[in-house]
Amino acid sequence: MQHGKYRFIVGFLIVPLALYAIFVIWPFIQSIYYSFTNWTGLSPQFSVTGLDNYQRMMHDPTFWASLRHSVIYVLVLPVVVLAIALFLSFMLNVGGRRKKGAAVSGVQGAPFYKIVYFFPQVLSIAIVALLFQFLYNPDSGALNAFLSAIGLGSVQPEWLGDPGLALWCVMAVLMWSQVGFFVVLFSAGMSSIPKDFYEAALLDGAGRATTFFRITLPLLWDTVQSGWVYMGVLALGAESFAVTQIMTVGPGGPADSTNVLSLYVYQKAFRDGQAGYATAIGVALLIVTLLFAGGVLRLGRRERLEY
Amino acid sequence: MSTDTSPQPAETVPPHVPEAKPAPAGAGREKKTGGVLNVFSHGMLVIWAILVVMPLLWAVMTSFKDDKSIFTSPWALPNHLHFENWSRAWNQAHMSDYFLNTVIVVACSLFGTLLLGSMAAYVLARFDFPGNRFIYFLFIGGMSFPVILALVPLFYVMQNLTLLNTMQGLILVYIAYSLPFTVFFLTSFFKTLPTSVAEAAIIDGASHTRTFFQVMLPMAKPGLISVGIFNFLGQWNQYLLPTVLNTNPDHKVLSQGLVELATSQGYKGDYSGLFAGLVMAMLPVLAAYIVFQRQVVAGLTAGALK
Repeated sequence: MQHGKYRFIVGFLIVPLALYAIFVIWPFIQSIYYSFTNWTGLSPQFSVTGLDNYQRMMHDPTFWASLRHSVIYVLVLPVVVLAIALFLSFMLNVGGRRKKGAAVSGVQGAPFYKIVYFFPQVLSIAIVALLFQFLYNPDSGALNAFLSAIGLGSVQPEWLGDPGLALWCVMAVLMWSQVGFFVVLFSAGMSSIPKDFYEAALLDGAGRATTFFRITLPLLWDTVQSGWVYMGVLALGAESFAVTQIMTVGPGGPADSTNVLSLYVYQKAFRDGQAGYATAIGVALLIVTLLFAGGVLRLGRRERLEY
Repeated sequence: MSTDTSPQPAETVPPHVPEAKPAPAGAGREKKTGGVLNVFSHGMLVIWAILVVMPLLWAVMTSFKDDKSIFTSPWALPNHLHFENWSRAWNQAHMSDYFLNTVIVVACSLFGTLLLGSMAAYVLARFDFPGNRFIYFLFIGGMSFPVILALVPLFYVMQNLTLLNTMQGLILVYIAYSLPFTVFFLTSFFKTLPTSVAEAAIIDGASHTRTFFQVMLPMAKPGLISVGIFNFLGQWNQYLLPTVLNTNPDHKVLSQGLVELATSQGYKGDYSGLFAGLVMAMLPVLAAYIVFQRQVVAGLTAGALK
């Protein structure tokens, strides 16, 4: 029996573990090592150069621009997305008119709104980015045409072509695609808050704002916090890569005005043949990610509420 | 997990109507509790719904127009329905190939992910052996680091294994990168299943392997469906991995092929065909979502809530 058990364990673990080790763990470890080398990625010859890559990074203006944009992403995007999502889901679940016999209720048609809001979440971020690239097009795009139609024909921004505006345009797309997910996530969380809490608040004469800040938000805090981390990691990683690479001209925007760390890693490694340097930038990205996640978890630590 | 929250007077809007309809309730009936506030906040709900739906509707509309009217009047309805955009995209712009590639890659990797993920999760959840915790955290750790960092060396690992630019390679990578979340989710799921049934099967003489496939796996079906939907959407919509690891034009997947098309279309100017392709790529997932709405939402949110 014991013998059979270990053979079984090994048999079941060996393939998944091997795949995972070869394609995830091993490259990950390697990348840290490569960040200390001058590897081009093109030839097998390279030598260890210590901290050279990191020193070079310190004097690379594109790196600093990308880092700044990534930090803006990770600070602005989660807060805006979560705030909109919290507001909308509070409306959908608690904000309805009070009816007889129910302390709280959502607005009419709440299930329908939830279905619609979730649409962008099932679409590929690449397809969403393409779509918005057309919407933003200054000459034939729907946005400027809409501005003309409502009598704002004199306001015709270049959108993605405007270095001061491009970054925010790209961010708006990520916002558009993510809010729905959090509306649904928070709605699920809100539905598990006991109704008597709301009834008690109602008896005490609490308004909607008080109800939200004193009851809903504290009880939802765990979900908000994990959503915050999730959104931040997403804003640093693959999704920001996709929207920036697809939508912005250059790529990386006019004068690197939209470049982010994830795209810069890609450019250095696969466009410029500087794999060693690229992995060093990747390590910087990892550090930003970990700092952010650690920061949110520390900031958000508060007494756990049981209910 | 249900998304319906409170008992509501069922103003059930049929889910296949793709347009947000402002609820007919005016301010008149809301005198008692702050009518102005209600109008304001309900207005926000409607505005967000319009913001979500308009770009999608606009894309559908544009896909039926000819190139000239796309440029001259972006918001006008098509003068007549140019179905030839769709057939051109499907046949000449290789949309059919991209579709087929995506279906093959996603079907294989989804099967592999669920099989290997549930095997690993089952062992980790239900057997005590040295290294159990270590392997578990090794898997879980993969959820938190940026994929792009591993991608540079991964490219050369793939090259050395001659898996670069092949569909097999892409499938293996999809599986490997889906394992962390899948193992994480299914481990906690297997822990919640009762042990008595499995023990009874063992006493009846079933081997561990047989117990797993004939008893435990069927019991884990709800968990497999949740994590399956999560992985399906993730793998279907994948863009970063194929962009780096799969540059062979014959093996391109949908999202990658479309972006490629858009860049090359810049020179040829077949915008109507491109829009048809775009809508073609959007509609199947949107349709599937509307049909399986409850399961999709449950699958995705269950993952994030854990």
